[in-house]
Amino acid sequence: MALTTVRPEGMGFNTGRRNLIINGAMQVAQRGTSTTGGGFLVDRFELNINNTDNIAITQSQDSSGPSGFANSWKILATTAESAVAADERVRFRQNIEGQNLQQFAFGTSAAKSMTLSFYVKSNKTGTYAVNLDQDDASRIIGSTYTISSADTWEFKTITVGGDTSGTINDDNGAGLIVSWYLLAGSNYTGTNNTSYGASADGKQAYGHSTTWGQGTNDNFFITGIQLEVGENASDFEHRSYAEELALCRRYFLRYYGNDSPSFPRWFNPAYANNSYMGGQFTFPVQMRTSPSLTFSLTFQNADNGGTGSVSREGMILFCQSTSAAVISGAYIDNNSSDHVTADAEL
Amino acid sequence: MNEMTITSAQYATDPLSGNTDRLIKATIDGIESWVPVEAGNRHYDEIMRQVAAGELTIEDAD
Repeated sequence: MALTTVRPEGMGFNTGRRNLIINGAMQVAQRGTSTTGGGFLVDRFELNINNTDNIAITQSQDSSGPSGFANSWKILATTAESAVAADERVRFRQNIEGQNLQQFAFGTSAAKSMTLSFYVKSNKTGTYAVNLDQDDASRIIGSTYTISSADTWEFKTITVGGDTSGTINDDNGAGLIVSWYLLAGSNYTGTNNTSYGASADGKQAYGHSTTWGQGTNDNFFITGIQLEVGENASDFEHRSYAEELALCRRYFLRYYGNDSPSFPRWFNPAYANNSYMGGQFTFPVQMRTSPSLTFSLTFQNADNGGTGSVSREGMILFCQSTSAAVISGAYIDNNSSDHVTADAEL
Repeated sequence: MNEMTITSAQYATDPLSGNTDRLIKATIDGIESWVPVEAGNRHYDEIMRQVAAGELTIEDAD
């Protein structure tokens, strides 16, 4: 018997890769598992703390989550902000490359809706703001969600329509900045952002009213973040750790010597003369742009080094000596401090 | 975003090619970093923003 499946017009399936967010399950934390203050910890998510004068914050990759998630990102206010001034804010965000967002067809009459979903938990109930900021077109739309029960994982979804006006460039720059607010002064909350319009500070956190951060040990956990085409949130797209790590390494990678206790990472000499030795590292994936580099290396018959050139594909490291007759080289030793980092984050 | 504190910046010399205009050795948030001269790299973009604002000078290579 012949079987025929007919898919009605307009009932398309969004199968395959759906999640535009990288590391949404907070699996990858190349920089470490805890730190104090803002910046990057779990890969691809940046915590911004601006203009505050009291609050102290730690962030960590936490080994807890809702059912089906082994990790979450924990943000903890170890010291409270005593009063929130107009220009103070705490937010976190992920910047998404424009070339990964072309399926939304923004800037055309066929612009598609997008749905953001995530699991969240906090001791502080209330209304929190989220916004989607188009960096190329300087346009923004926002929404809010409410944490109803303290210390309980809740699933949140936010759907916004497609933007027929703001074009997202097809390039490796920031096409969309997804921001979650935890604390917002009045400079960021005063202007309605529930429809697309020109970006403005006042639209960053419209409707935000929680008092998170004004209590000592206010906490916030998040995981299972997904951004996808359409008006409904589908189940979270779980990817393997290896896949997620590779995606993260387009933006940041860190080589540690103590990743491999019996295998210090020598760089392979490519060129040498009496005062200089150069060697090449090829990155495991092509990075988004030529990255900034930091080093802490162990030198063998050499006393300093650095990089001579770097590209999206790899880097040339060199070492040299002011005294040794023969340079042996440099390597990332099996200790806690040796490392090489390459940063091409947005 | 977080304030990026850049306390020094100097063009670096590639000992192999002799190029002195491809990399900037900068101290960013207290850490010595090697920043490629490439728009789109967030550290380079911030260095150039601070240079344009008169807040930072990039020293010539040694």
